[in-house]
Amino acid sequence: MTRYILRRLIAMPFLVLGIVTLAFLLTSVTKGDPLTAIVSDRQLNNPEVVAAAKAKWGLDRSLPERYAIYVGNLLTGDMGTSFITRRPVAQDVLYRLPATMELVIAAMAVGATIGISLGVLAAYFRNTVIDHVARLFALFGSSIPVFWLGLALLYVFSVQWGVLPGPGRLDARATPPPMVTGFMTIDTLLAGDFRLFLDAVWHLILPAFVLGWAVAGTISRLVRANMLEVLSREFILTARAKGAGEFRVVIRHALRNTMVPTLTVIGYSFAYLLTGAVLTETIFSWPGMGSYAVDAARGLDFPAIIGVTIVGGVVFLVTNLLTDIAYVVANPRVRLG
Amino acid sequence: MNAHPPLFEVRDLRVAFGRNGVFAEAVRGISLHVDHGEVLGIVGESGSGKSVGMLAALGLQPEGARVSGSVRFKGRELVGLPRRALRELRGSRIAMIFQDPLSSLNPVMTVGDQIAEAVRLHNPDLSRRAALDRAKDLLALVAIPQPDRRLQQYPHEFSGGMRQRVMIAMAVANDPDLLIADEPTTALDVTVQAQIMEVLAELQARLKLGLVLITHDLGVLAGHADRVAVVYAGQVVEQAGVDDLFARPGHPYTRGLIASIPDMTAQSERLFSIDGTPPALGRLPAGCPFNPRCVAAQDICRREAPPLHRKGDHAAACHFAFSATESAA
Repeated sequence: MTRYILRRLIAMPFLVLGIVTLAFLLTSVTKGDPLTAIVSDRQLNNPEVVAAAKAKWGLDRSLPERYAIYVGNLLTGDMGTSFITRRPVAQDVLYRLPATMELVIAAMAVGATIGISLGVLAAYFRNTVIDHVARLFALFGSSIPVFWLGLALLYVFSVQWGVLPGPGRLDARATPPPMVTGFMTIDTLLAGDFRLFLDAVWHLILPAFVLGWAVAGTISRLVRANMLEVLSREFILTARAKGAGEFRVVIRHALRNTMVPTLTVIGYSFAYLLTGAVLTETIFSWPGMGSYAVDAARGLDFPAIIGVTIVGGVVFLVTNLLTDIAYVVANPRVRLG
Repeated sequence: MNAHPPLFEVRDLRVAFGRNGVFAEAVRGISLHVDHGEVLGIVGESGSGKSVGMLAALGLQPEGARVSGSVRFKGRELVGLPRRALRELRGSRIAMIFQDPLSSLNPVMTVGDQIAEAVRLHNPDLSRRAALDRAKDLLALVAIPQPDRRLQQYPHEFSGGMRQRVMIAMAVANDPDLLIADEPTTALDVTVQAQIMEVLAELQARLKLGLVLITHDLGVLAGHADRVAVVYAGQVVEQAGVDDLFARPGHPYTRGLIASIPDMTAQSERLFSIDGTPPALGRLPAGCPFNPRCVAAQDICRREAPPLHRKGDHAAACHFAFSATESAA
């Protein structure tokens, strides 16, 4: 087990280097000229300004040279400077990544809770109304586009009924707590402001639900199918013969046996959530990686684009590793040497 | 005649399965009883209804099955008992073990946790620690070496025979009065079968268990059962003390089963087998259900279902049950 994790950890730097290389190469073969993002339109015809800009941003050097410098800087934690914000990309990312992670984790919690509960209920009460409602819920979740759902729910719950807040991470009039972790829910608590914490949670509900619904659908279908299979196995009969009640039979004996495939899906849904976060963040004015990526792509902000790609890739690698570890923990039959 | 009611008494138990509103009976009125400390063998081919009947007796019938008749445990009626009351009996007073010990154990729980669960379900005040201690003693009871280490292992780390020992340990966890063993040795290697039967026999004697031994192999019962019930097509076709049954089988089906026990001393090369297959669910022949496969079938067998003929403690459902032996005597 530990050797397996160690092997995976050793492979990580090479995978990250691969991601860096790919991200770097892809941006350098795109058609767009980054100079248009740096130099104003008027100055583009001024050779002196252009040459100065090229020298300043290293655009006068050859591709291998730029690559070597970039990787060298990356090792010291320097991801270059954004063309648009003129701040270090690493600093921008550090500010925005927690916002996205907070949203994605909340969405995952919503998706997993709803998905697993619905899946268990649908399997236990198969072919009843409960099962049909769960199926419909899953179908809607996976077929309604995030941007439409986000706008529709914002309109109904925030604009019409006013029961949930509008976009943003906090009330517009509130003063954000000093940034420590970047997770608004944690930082508000660290600042000792419980009302602000509730406000942060309040603001998380809609975007997390919008993002989590699709995942809930996928998980509920998977859990239902696996539960049906497990409930027909003989050890379920053993549990009943022992005198176990139905709740214990379903949760302790059946559900635990479906955790392996469920964990896999939950882990791999992370990638979906990270991409889905782009649209959700845009709709809910969420200052995360998604909206940062959109701005960077629009503005041909190459350092930011590469930075976002690398961070996204690393997040993906880490979640996959965690998924595989969870898989091993949940399934004693594949404990690896 | 008995002052006490029998430990376990099944009367006219019927189990029917429905498809599209049409019900077919898999168990068609089984009656039998087990006394305290007695071993009753139930023998029959697969699909004869012997397992389904015993499961249904404890309220463990498959979903949608219809159960009727009477099942009494220490005089208390179990059919129609609330689920909660049945649950309290299962695993504490009445325990079960099944055919395939690998699929009968939860693959993601340690063996210790599974046995401790059986203990704690019926002793909720017991601590987890104490339940695990009890589990350790139980593993030792069924002769599993190094019980301390074994407790923390998962079923896949056990051999087939060891797994069945675990199942037995789990079944006797709460000192039950009745143990129903459904084909406990069928899925095991021949050499291991004898060991498991030995463990069962020893525990049965030591704990004074009433034991119902369900099997398709009459040979298994020869050395272990006190009485035998032969089940065919969802009915008991013969019931007798084990020696009586082997010496004077009253039903041609029983004679066929006895003849198909492999005989180590005989010189014959071919094993005897009863021709044909048991009737499919809901497709019973007219008259005696065994008549299409019976070598001695007469006209009356194709017309009338035979009643149960009794001779002392021996009963057989055949029109000619005791006529052959009587004329010979």
